[in-house]
Amino acid sequence: MKCKRCRAKAEIKLRQHNAAFCRTCFVFFVQRQVERTIRQERMIANSEPVLVAVSGGKDSLALWEILHALGFTTTGLHLALGIGEYSAESTRKTKAFAAQHELPLITADLGEVAEPVPTLARFTNRPPCAACGLAKRHFMDRIANERGFPVLATGHNLDDEAARLLGNVMRWQGDYLAKQSPVLEPNHERFARKVRPLYRLSEYEMAAYAFFRGIDYILDECPNSVGASQLVYKDALNRIESEMPGAKMSFVREFFRSAQPAFAAAERPPDHECDQCGMPCFGSTCAFCRLRREVDAKRPSPPSPPTPH
Amino acid sequence: MKIRILPERNELDLPGRQRVADALRQLDMLPGTVMVIRNDELLTDDAWVEENDTIEIRRVMSGG
Ligand code: SF4
Ligand SMILES: [Zn+2]
Ligand SMILES: [Zn+2]
Repeated sequence: MKCKRCRAKAEIKLRQHNAAFCRTCFVFFVQRQVERTIRQERMIANSEPVLVAVSGGKDSLALWEILHALGFTTTGLHLALGIGEYSAESTRKTKAFAAQHELPLITADLGEVAEPVPTLARFTNRPPCAACGLAKRHFMDRIANERGFPVLATGHNLDDEAARLLGNVMRWQGDYLAKQSPVLEPNHERFARKVRPLYRLSEYEMAAYAFFRGIDYILDECPNSVGASQLVYKDALNRIESEMPGAKMSFVREFFRSAQPAFAAAERPPDHECDQCGMPCFGSTCAFCRLRREVDAKRPSPPSPPTPH
Repeated sequence: MKIRILPERNELDLPGRQRVADALRQLDMLPGTVMVIRNDELLTDDAWVEENDTIEIRRVMSGG
């Protein structure tokens, strides 16, 4: 198999594009794809500083590397989730990447600024991923606001986007469908614009990119992802894709083009500011601060110190 | 051929010389869901893997 651009020996074949590339040309292809997505979807203006959410996984670290290579001014934001060795390793990989590329990184330890994910989940009887998702969204919004970033970029790839869409459609969650967009303009002055510059690139393409660029990312999966419904959807979509190359892309692209705006039109902006943290929300307290309050109410109070005789 | 599968860190053997696509079929893996790596090089579906080669298969799907 030969590279489509330079005829050298190909290292990667992309069925959905009916093309094969050598390493150098593939790296060029990915970077150009991201650059085009950002420009066509008006995600980031050249002068805007970008806060990049980085987990230590392949997608977010690769996104950070690409945005930096494209000349954007970037700062990483890493949330240490407190999920045992998995989180410790994710934080190590993220810090090592930032140091190696000499890029600024903000790290927030969920255990210090709030409670670690296992505590949030245990005392509120929520699935860990629900508590985790809420905490991640909350602190990303809040830190972007506190530090004055106009744009927050996340590393969701095409497979993430397609799996999420399938999940939202299976349950016809109109409010989630309204918010699923490669560019989410802020509907409150305290929110940043949220962008997903990798949404046209598959998980395989991102893994190959990270591999070719020697990005040292965490290979292990979060222990809570075992049996996660997102993996069931991804697996189903991969089976469809193998019979119909390009199916994932058209599923996502056509949703964004034709259906998403209708769901978004029905959305109303947040009408309150949280009485605890000040972030925009519906009702008096935001969902995350309510979650924390629940933890405080249900956690047994610490044993009182022994009284001296 | 010797195969190491990540992230599980499983190791197994497949007999003889084979094309990547055929090896993946036997392992019930879909192309495009795993990276097949030999000596720091990514292999396409049509590449041959020799009897004495060692390859690494990395699953690319991540969830949560
Ligand atoms: S799998 Fe769930 S708990 Fe683990 S990082 Fe992802 S969302 Fe959080
Ligand atoms: Zn080439
Ligand atoms: Zn709040």
